[in-house]
Amino acid sequence: MFRLQTENINIGYGEHLIVKDLSVEIPDKKITTIIGSNGCGKSTLLKAITRIIAHESGTVILDGEDISKQDTKKLAKKMAILPQTPESTNGLTVGELVSYGRFPYQSGFGRLKKRDYEVIEWALEVTGTLEYRFRPVDALSGGQRQRVWIAMALAQETEIIFLDEPTTYLDMAHQLEVLELLQSLNQEQERTIVMVLHDLNQAARFADYIIALKDGQIVQSGNCETVITHDVLKKVFQIDAEIGKDPRTGKPMCITYNLMKEEKQR
Amino acid sequence: MKKETKTSIPFYYKMIVVLLLFVGTFIVSIVYGAADIQVKDVWLSLASNAEGSDISIIREIRLPREVAAVFVGAALSIAGAIMQGMTRNPLADPGLLGLTAGANAALAVAIVLLPSLNYYGIMFTCFLGAAIGAAMVFGISAIKRGGFSPFKIILAGAAVSAFLQAVSEGIGIYFNVSKEVSMWTAGGLIGTTWGQLQIIIPFLIVSMLIAFGFSRQLTILSLNEEVAVGLGQKTTQIKAVLFVIIILLVGAAVALVGNMAFVGLMVPHIVRAIVGTDYRYILPMSAFVGAILMLLADTLARTVNAPWETPIVAIISVLGLPFFLLIIRKGGRAFT
Repeated sequence: MFRLQTENINIGYGEHLIVKDLSVEIPDKKITTIIGSNGCGKSTLLKAITRIIAHESGTVILDGEDISKQDTKKLAKKMAILPQTPESTNGLTVGELVSYGRFPYQSGFGRLKKRDYEVIEWALEVTGTLEYRFRPVDALSGGQRQRVWIAMALAQETEIIFLDEPTTYLDMAHQLEVLELLQSLNQEQERTIVMVLHDLNQAARFADYIIALKDGQIVQSGNCETVITHDVLKKVFQIDAEIGKDPRTGKPMCITYNLMKEEKQR
Repeated sequence: MKKETKTSIPFYYKMIVVLLLFVGTFIVSIVYGAADIQVKDVWLSLASNAEGSDISIIREIRLPREVAAVFVGAALSIAGAIMQGMTRNPLADPGLLGLTAGANAALAVAIVLLPSLNYYGIMFTCFLGAAIGAAMVFGISAIKRGGFSPFKIILAGAAVSAFLQAVSEGIGIYFNVSKEVSMWTAGGLIGTTWGQLQIIIPFLIVSMLIAFGFSRQLTILSLNEEVAVGLGQKTTQIKAVLFVIIILLVGAAVALVGNMAFVGLMVPHIVRAIVGTDYRYILPMSAFVGAILMLLADTLARTVNAPWETPIVAIISVLGLPFFLLIIRKGGRAFT
């Protein structure tokens, strides 16, 4: 079943379209990953689906209704978005930042209620950030900070969570930590997760559904076996990839790759 | 929320301390000045119908003046705080982003075209001018995509301010009204009357109350625009409301005292050091700290070289310049 889909959306300005006539359905309660080379429109697509940027034409549909016609505050209770490496938080403490996730549920001056505190507490707990609660966000390491931002998105209590490159700037262990957290949120709480990833092997390992983009259009979408293939990677990244099997997970894995010959000569 | 590991002092205590400081400064600023005044007379002038020369100095000269200082300080500080939050730019300030210069230029035009304008007219002229100045700055920085980068806004602000300053000076020279123009724009707090205050203060109070009502929205907006949208904020509407509030605050302040640089820049930074980054705390605290700063500056202006007045703008600038340099040195650390 699909709660969320796009129909023929075009994103961009006038002649210069970043995403062209794109229709995609996001599977419910699954992890979906968008892959593609730099500038292919991955982040743009994510932002348009989450109404952060406007699209030229076409529609983004959530629960059978065009999102541009839905109340933005109600949308914020259905989907949360974590932008790419959010900037500094001006000395805000972890607890304060996470409490902003309750914004869509508040009105007026926004005094937190008992229910809000429970959700905040839970979000901190689940992401393993409870112990840093009173520390400034800026004082944490990259991996900790990323988990705090995820906690804020969780405090929003949405069924769908979007993340734009949640593993950027993290070392290998911290990348895995973030991805495993997202995986457990998906498996234990049936949250729909949509994220942009650069690492193909991580995409293959964690995603149920992969969308491969090139020049703002879908080259291939489906499970990892159909997308992480020699032909698709050749089209999407202009690489000549050797695909093997991850000995631990059995998922396809890009073992090594070269640039395509004609690309090199340019 | 459990408090055991939370070390900071609750906001209410800080607010009480600042309120006491404010009351103290207010009394000091009324007592000290060119004419010697007894604290007893201050009380009499406020609380009784007693007559006397000292009492009438207080009622007709010092009191309106200090009330003006309080409201102007509060208005400019709140405006500065809102601008810094909205643009996520530590250097945002009514003086640097063209609002003050716009109001001045509009005043100059009004003096030439409508010399018999009443005080309401003057105030609305200032609103209009501030709006035009701000619109020019934001318009210029928005021409190219890539949004309002901190750099672009400051550059555009400097250029627009210089241009509008030139316009008011040009008008002053060409129509031979330099004296009238500068009387308004550099007049400081001298000659503030109850009549002026009666017109201006309601606008300021209403704008400030609306600003407080939007303080939570401002906090979310100050984080990151994408995050704000993701949390369900109608950012365009919120920014439009905040923009109007800024124009009202700054326009009214200029109508009352003319140019007053640095207050809106300095105070929010001091306040952030005290209460952190939540604008629900920053805005009310800025109002009082701004008022205290203006009261102190005005008291200095009246006493350092008594019986002559030192321009309050000069005193604020002398205090403000080192502060400005400090922000640059710190690289606006609280922001980047």
